[in-house]
Order: sequence, then C-alpha cells, then structure tokens
Amino acid sequence: MWEYTDKVKEHFLNPRNVGEVENPDGVATVGSLACGDALKLTFKLDENGRITDARFKTFGCASAIASASALTEMIKGMTVEEAAKVTNQDIANFLGGLPEEKMHCSVMGREALEAAIAHYRGEPAPTEEGKIICECFGVTEEEIARVVRENNLRTIEEVTNYTKAGGGCGGCHEAIQEIIDRVRGEGKAVTRPKLSNIQKIKMIEETIDREIRPLLQQDGGDLELIDVVGNRVLVATRGACASCAASQLTMKQVVEAKLRELVWPELEVEEVSQ
Amino acid sequence: MKPIYLDNNATSQVAPEVLEAMLPFLQDFYGNPSSMHTFGGQVGRRVSQAREQVANLLGAAPDEIIFTSCGTESDNTAIRSALATNPGKRHIITTRVEHPAVLSLTARLAQEGYRVTELPVDAEGRLNLEQYAKSLSPDTAIVSLMWANNETGVIFPVEEAAALAHNRGILFHTDAVQAVGKIPIDLRKNSIDMLSLSGHKLHAPKGVGALYVRKGTRFSPFLVGGHQEKGRRGGTENVPSIIALGLACDLAGQKMETENTVVKALRDKLENSLLIKVPRCRVNGDRTQRLPNTSNISFEFVEGEAILLRLNEYAICASSGSACTSGSLQPSHVLRAMGVPFTMAHGSIRFSLSIYNTEKDIDAVIDTMPGIIENLRALSPYWEVGDSICAGVEG
Repeated sequence: MWEYTDKVKEHFLNPRNVGEVENPDGVATVGSLACGDALKLTFKLDENGRITDARFKTFGCASAIASASALTEMIKGMTVEEAAKVTNQDIANFLGGLPEEKMHCSVMGREALEAAIAHYRGEPAPTEEGKIICECFGVTEEEIARVVRENNLRTIEEVTNYTKAGGGCGGCHEAIQEIIDRVRGEGKAVTRPKLSNIQKIKMIEETIDREIRPLLQQDGGDLELIDVVGNRVLVATRGACASCAASQLTMKQVVEAKLRELVWPELEVEEVSQ
Repeated sequence: MKPIYLDNNATSQVAPEVLEAMLPFLQDFYGNPSSMHTFGGQVGRRVSQAREQVANLLGAAPDEIIFTSCGTESDNTAIRSALATNPGKRHIITTRVEHPAVLSLTARLAQEGYRVTELPVDAEGRLNLEQYAKSLSPDTAIVSLMWANNETGVIFPVEEAAALAHNRGILFHTDAVQAVGKIPIDLRKNSIDMLSLSGHKLHAPKGVGALYVRKGTRFSPFLVGGHQEKGRRGGTENVPSIIALGLACDLAGQKMETENTVVKALRDKLENSLLIKVPRCRVNGDRTQRLPNTSNISFEFVEGEAILLRLNEYAICASSGSACTSGSLQPSHVLRAMGVPFTMAHGSIRFSLSIYNTEKDIDAVIDTMPGIIENLRALSPYWEVGDSICAGVEG
C-alpha cells in the first residue's frame, strides 16, 4: 500500500474543480489509456490575463487525481506567466509530498499545464516534440532531460519514477543513462569518462609506479597500494617513509594531489598500517 | 470497523480452531521434534499427524509431503530439483500467467542458459493443450503449470497435461497454491510428480507451505542442512505452523462442499449483480473452468488503484491488476497475456471470497460499487467519449 499524505487522500476523496471549463482559453490532454493515466486540463482567463477558473478530468490512480486537483487549486488566480513557472515539485509540495514511485503524477500535472498554456499561446505542445526514448510509455528525450534537470535526478530508477520512461520493457535504459550523464555534465568545465572500479585501480597503480614511487625512493621510502574502496585509496608506507614524521604531509600534498590530478578528482588517500 | 475481506487469494484469515491448535506449541510444547526425550518426541508425533492431514487432503502418502516455509520455496525447490536430477536436459516449459514464484525463477534460469518455453493463453485465460503437447521435447527437464490462476481463478487441465508429460518421461510440477482447499484434488488419480501449496491461502498462518513429491521421484534438496524432512529440507521444523497447516487442511477437506456451493453462490451473486448494475464491465477469465471463490471484473475507463482506495473507505478489501497497484508501471502480466485491452486491464478488480464471507458482505459491495465507479467515471476524460475511444485502443 502506498504511503499517501493526508492531503493526497483528501484531494483524492474530494477532488476540487472536476470537469471542463466552458469555452476555455487553454486546453490540453496528456497521457493515454494505454499508459494508465491521463489528464485533461482546461482554464479560463479574465481580462487581466489571470486564470479565473481551471478544471480537470483524470483517468488514473489516487495520486494522479490528487495531483490534478492540487494543480487546479494552485493556478487559480495566477497569471499565465506565473502559472508557466509551476514545476512538478511545486505540485508535489502542495500535497505534502508524493511517494517516489508516484512522482510521475506530478510531472503529468506540470505537462498538462504547459501544454494548455502552449495551446493558449498558439504554440505547439512542448511534450510532443523530440525523439521518443521510451517506446512503452512514449516519453521523449526532452522530457527526460528536463525532469532530470529540474529534479536533480541521478539514476534510471528515479527517471522511471518521475516519467515512467524505462518502466516497461527496459530497452531504453542505456539511452536514459546517457541523458542523465549528459544533463548532469552540463555546467561542469570538463566531462570525464566514467571509470569502472578496475580501471580506477589500474590507473592508481600506474600513477603510483610512474609518478610517486620514484620520488619516495629518492629518500629511501616506498608505498604500497592496499585497497581502493569507492574513492578511498588505502595505502601503506614502507622503508624510510614508515618511520618518517613528515610522511603524513607527503601523503596529502604529494600522493593525493597526484592521484587527484591524474586519476580522479574525488580520491582521498588514507594510510593504513599493514 | 471489521473489514469486509474479499482478498482471500492474497491471504486469508487464520481459522479460529487453527489458531487455538497451534498456540500450545508456542507456549508449553516447545520441544524440538528431533530430540530423543519425550518432551520433544511428543511434538514430533504431532508433526507426523499434521503430515498425514496434509497428505489426506491431497490423496497422497505422508512420506510424500515435505514441509517448507511458503509456496515460493516449494516452487523453487521443485523446479531446481528437477533440473538437478536431470542434468542433461536444458528445457523448461511453463506459462505466461504463472505466479512470480515460478516466472522470476525461470527468467533467471534462462539467463543461466536454460531454454524456457512460456506457453501463451487465450483471451479467456485458457491453455491450448495441443500447443502444450507440441512443446514437450526430449530435452525438457520439467513442466511447471499452475493448477489455478491467482488473479482470474481460471483452472488449467493439469491432470491431462501431467499425463502427456509423464508419457514422455518428463517431470510435471504444479503450483496449486490457489487450488488446494478450494477444489478437490486427488493425487492418486493423476500422474503429477510435484505439487506446491501454501498455508496462508487456506486459513493457516503465513510462513508455512508444503511440497508434494511423488514416491519414486528423484529429488535434490533446496535447503541443505540437518536430517529434517528425511534430508529433503534442512532446518528445524516450524512446529506451530506445521500443526496449523495440518488442521487447516483437515478443515478445508470438511468445507470443500461449502466452498463449492455456498461460497460459489455468493461469488456468483456478487459477479452477476455487478454486471447488471454497472455498465461497461466484464469478467476476465473463463467462467466455466474457474475457482469457486474468485471473480476478476474490469470496469472500463477507470483505474484500479482509485477503485480500491475508494472501496477502502468502506473497509472493503480487494485487489487490482492495474499498473499502479502492481508496483510496476504495466498492468498485470496475466491480463496482458490474455490480451485484455488497456481500457479494461487498468480497471480490473479481483474479489476473492472465503467461507468466512456472508451474504451481508456481498450485499454491501453490490450497494457500494456502482456509486464508486460512477463517481470515478465522472472524473475520467474518457468516459463521455467511451465508445469511440474503446474502438481505437482495443487489441
């Protein structure tokens, strides 16, 4: 059973603004019967461009109905420009949160709102453009990228929770991962290739051999790689280093700095006694 | 508020007599049945008695019953055992509508290199025996077909299927978790090699099951440990639950007639009334070859979770095959295998009754359901244009 907040339950059992506005200024339907949920949103503006009435019809589960009900309550009284800024997170927050697996209900609300605004402005519906990534649920690249960006998503599972993409046959998981990587790489100066653990260990060993060991051996010391746990590099000192008081400093300033520069910027070197 | 419990295929109430019978084994009689002293030995005798009770319900010999922790363990044990004792054979036959206890395992076995045939079903959830017979091959190690489907209640002709497999020297297993206690089973009259059952579906507690293994069937244990269950399943016996399962099987035998007359009549009343009172709904699954307690009804253009949570307001408990309730994003694999259209699959509700249901329970559902469906349809963007949409998405 889902853990719904009282507010979700309340909006599900007593949904507000059910139906359709007559002669709407904006109207849109998103989702489909095949997907298991759908939302038709209509709204009417007053002479100042404020939403005076908004109504919905939803086919879907409790949180889909509650999200649509919440959305109509939120946008009443807003200008179109204000409404255009409503995010799926705003809808979820209005309801006191949604279960992770149900976040796609809030996304459906935001998509319907956007499409209805686009209809009002005479623009094409934003979600209809772009390449389809998830064939099972008809989710586009742009939709996925946007949800990843706005909700700071990190995993395929999260993308599935928010958009349903990847929740069917699973054939698009690789493509979703690429979108996640691309979006998360945005704004960073350099994009690094992902390292497997084995690649990482190999690069650390090579770097120690090539760059670090010769330095230490000049002073009669040495270093041995014991283990790599995530980004923690466990090393043991040998020879003169083992009894040298300054070796701790060397660890941070030389070994860690070199490894961070040449292998992975988040590495941390720790000395273990072995 | 006491719930109106119509979700007995998910789990069932522990029978009061069963609870009473198991309690002493959680209190005074805590001995280990394997012990040499009388204190433990007397418990061992009660375990033997329970084994006889389970065997009696199935028409089996006590030696052919292995106690397990659940139906899933029984299924896993049976299939793994068949593969281990037939190392040269690499083919498994099952169906698309099996319980995950079988389908998740066969999916894993497929990854391990076994060839898995998942037989389809028709729109009524029935198996095509001819197609099944053709799928049997000299390389087939095991056939695993469920006796009755948990979602629709549809009964497979497992006895005929077992005979066909047996003639070719192929082991036959049936997941009878939903069938045991609801329809008569007599293993003396067929050639089924292995059968799984689960306690909590027939008014025993959760955490106990059994696997029937026909005498003479080569067997390889799943849980390896002590000499319990004659070395076929290691682990100290779950004595209180085994005692409970024994009595539950006894009671199920006594109530078999009630199940197939009284419970069936209640189910039929519920089903027929809803079909009359609610427009655009239909029954999923073959109504002629079906468990007496199960009814799976689809209500078009509404979504199952929403129906269940509205029913919940009236303390009515049922299940749904909709995507939102399955934990995945797609509707039930059983309804999809039957080709139930999406308009119907998302709005499917399973009612599963037991001997503890009353006419009052059923009347309450008949009174409540039409209003809930009407209300949710008023919310649905598809309802007014129902007919045209339906034609577009069916298939």
